[in-house]
Amino acid sequence: MLGEGILKGLAETAKNFAGSFVSADRLTTVEYPEQRIAPIENTRDFPFLVYDGGDWEAGLRCVACQICEKECPPKCIYIEKSKDKKPDYVGKMQIYPVRFDIDISVCMSCQICVEVCPFEAIKMDTQFELSTTDRFGGLLLDRQQLAKPNEYYHTIHPTEATEVDARLAGEKAKAEAKARAAAAAPKPAAPAANPAEGAKAVAEAMPPIKTQQEGETGS
Amino acid sequence: MTQKLPSVLDIAQGEGWNRPPTVEAEGELLEVAMGPHHPSTHGVFRMDVALDGERVIKLKPVFGYLHRNHEKLGEGMTYLGSMPFTDRLDYICSLSNNWAYALSVEKLAGQEAPERAQYLRVILAELTRVVNHASSVGFLIQEMGASGTPLMYAFREREKILDLFESLTGSRMMCNYMRFGGCRVDASAAWLDETRKVVAGLPAFSDEFERFLCTNEIVMARCQGIGILKPELAVNAGVTGPMLRASGVNYDIRKIDRYGIYDRFKFRVPLGDHCDVYDRFMVRLLEIRESISILEQALKEIPSGPVMDPKAKIRGFRPKAGEAYGRVEAPKGELGFYLISDGGPNPYRYRVRPPSLINLTILEDMCIGENLADVFLIFGSVDIVLGEVDR
Repeated sequence: MLGEGILKGLAETAKNFAGSFVSADRLTTVEYPEQRIAPIENTRDFPFLVYDGGDWEAGLRCVACQICEKECPPKCIYIEKSKDKKPDYVGKMQIYPVRFDIDISVCMSCQICVEVCPFEAIKMDTQFELSTTDRFGGLLLDRQQLAKPNEYYHTIHPTEATEVDARLAGEKAKAEAKARAAAAAPKPAAPAANPAEGAKAVAEAMPPIKTQQEGETGS
Repeated sequence: MTQKLPSVLDIAQGEGWNRPPTVEAEGELLEVAMGPHHPSTHGVFRMDVALDGERVIKLKPVFGYLHRNHEKLGEGMTYLGSMPFTDRLDYICSLSNNWAYALSVEKLAGQEAPERAQYLRVILAELTRVVNHASSVGFLIQEMGASGTPLMYAFREREKILDLFESLTGSRMMCNYMRFGGCRVDASAAWLDETRKVVAGLPAFSDEFERFLCTNEIVMARCQGIGILKPELAVNAGVTGPMLRASGVNYDIRKIDRYGIYDRFKFRVPLGDHCDVYDRFMVRLLEIRESISILEQALKEIPSGPVMDPKAKIRGFRPKAGEAYGRVEAPKGELGFYLISDGGPNPYRYRVRPPSLINLTILEDMCIGENLADVFLIFGSVDIVLGEVDR
């Protein structure tokens, strides 16, 4: 019969229409600004800098090794290294970034900076309401705007943050054991006591990765 | 000095570099520019059409509005840096693109992904295929004038799958998940259970979709017998994917190359018979069913173990000099990456073989002699994403 297929299709539509009033899992619309869905745990949008302790400037884990700046595919990270060293929150002398800017209008949320960071210093945020009236300065975040405490990292990605903490604690324990062994030995050994310093030495020993943009970003 | 390109009217009248028209015009010709801002072009794509009344005499496709310099960017980027850019080729199926690129770099460096990563890749690629085929059929029906209801049914399913992608990879569409020598993060047992639940619901969706559309008289009247692509022409033009299989050519890279671990799964390759729009539509619906069966097998057999080759290097990766071509059966056809390495940190040559562009080159041959209203239906049945066409 001509039209039978159409009627069959319309029966499906009618079933869905009626179903949308009775079954709870079909009522999917969320009235956004008033209601919000909790973000999925692994979700990511833009990077932020993790700091330990209470003072954001002293506690930044970043030691300005500039690996993320080199690896960033759209080149949206700008770092300036400090000339001097200053103590971090546990009192160790560290190089620190005097300038760490991320242009989030360029950032494409690929999380490669997170993957290549040897210090677990940069992580992905879940904050998405970032609209601003200043489209240039307002979207260029400096290190103060990027710095967020480790506790915040634990609230947005609890599983991942716990793993990271365990890994850092393991590295610290290993470095302390090594330092104690070095102190016990008659001659004091190389100052590779700090895990961050050790990793940095590895990073510096590796050949620098040349990209075509290096000439531009270097100047 | 610039030379004026011949308009489609000049071409239709036998001038210019193009081949002469194959259909005789009866009346006066009219030139119509369809696009680049037409809602049915899935992006920015222009078709200059020479019309004789309602009949298409000549069609000139104009690409390049969305050109983003993908290949040149890839040559200046490290091997890892290109991975997030491959997501942006065919943004509906970013995970298939990831796989194609990872496969070609793995070939170049002589690496292999571990067992569990291979299974995860199959699961994600087949989920992507379900998403792509469901939404492409939805878009096709929308182009027929069905104001979005079938598309919304497809998107309802897509939403569940995109939630799975987000909870595993962190992003709904720009997943950036696969790496050379494995996958970035491991899937938890909870994620696999959730995936099993979603996959268990897919056959019901497939049944509903088929009941809803396949025997619909309007769909049949509009789709059957138009946009015929003969198998000889399809093979000569390099068409791949569901388009080629709808023309009756049995060519599926999952069966021919058996890349990854596809030799372990039992699945059939649906083939068309009449080479028209309806066959392409049906081949896609049947492929959803085959994908579901692959997903069920993969989710049953997935082993435990690492997801990343421990020898694989993420940073400072420099494969030895050489060349490699890796290809996968992406939902739209054969997606290949051709890489030449000179031993440096970035490829010397980075070339993408996009299925959308090559399938689209045959558009004119399918449209000549058809009515203008059917042009968008034929265009929709090619199933393209402009991000991949223009790159």
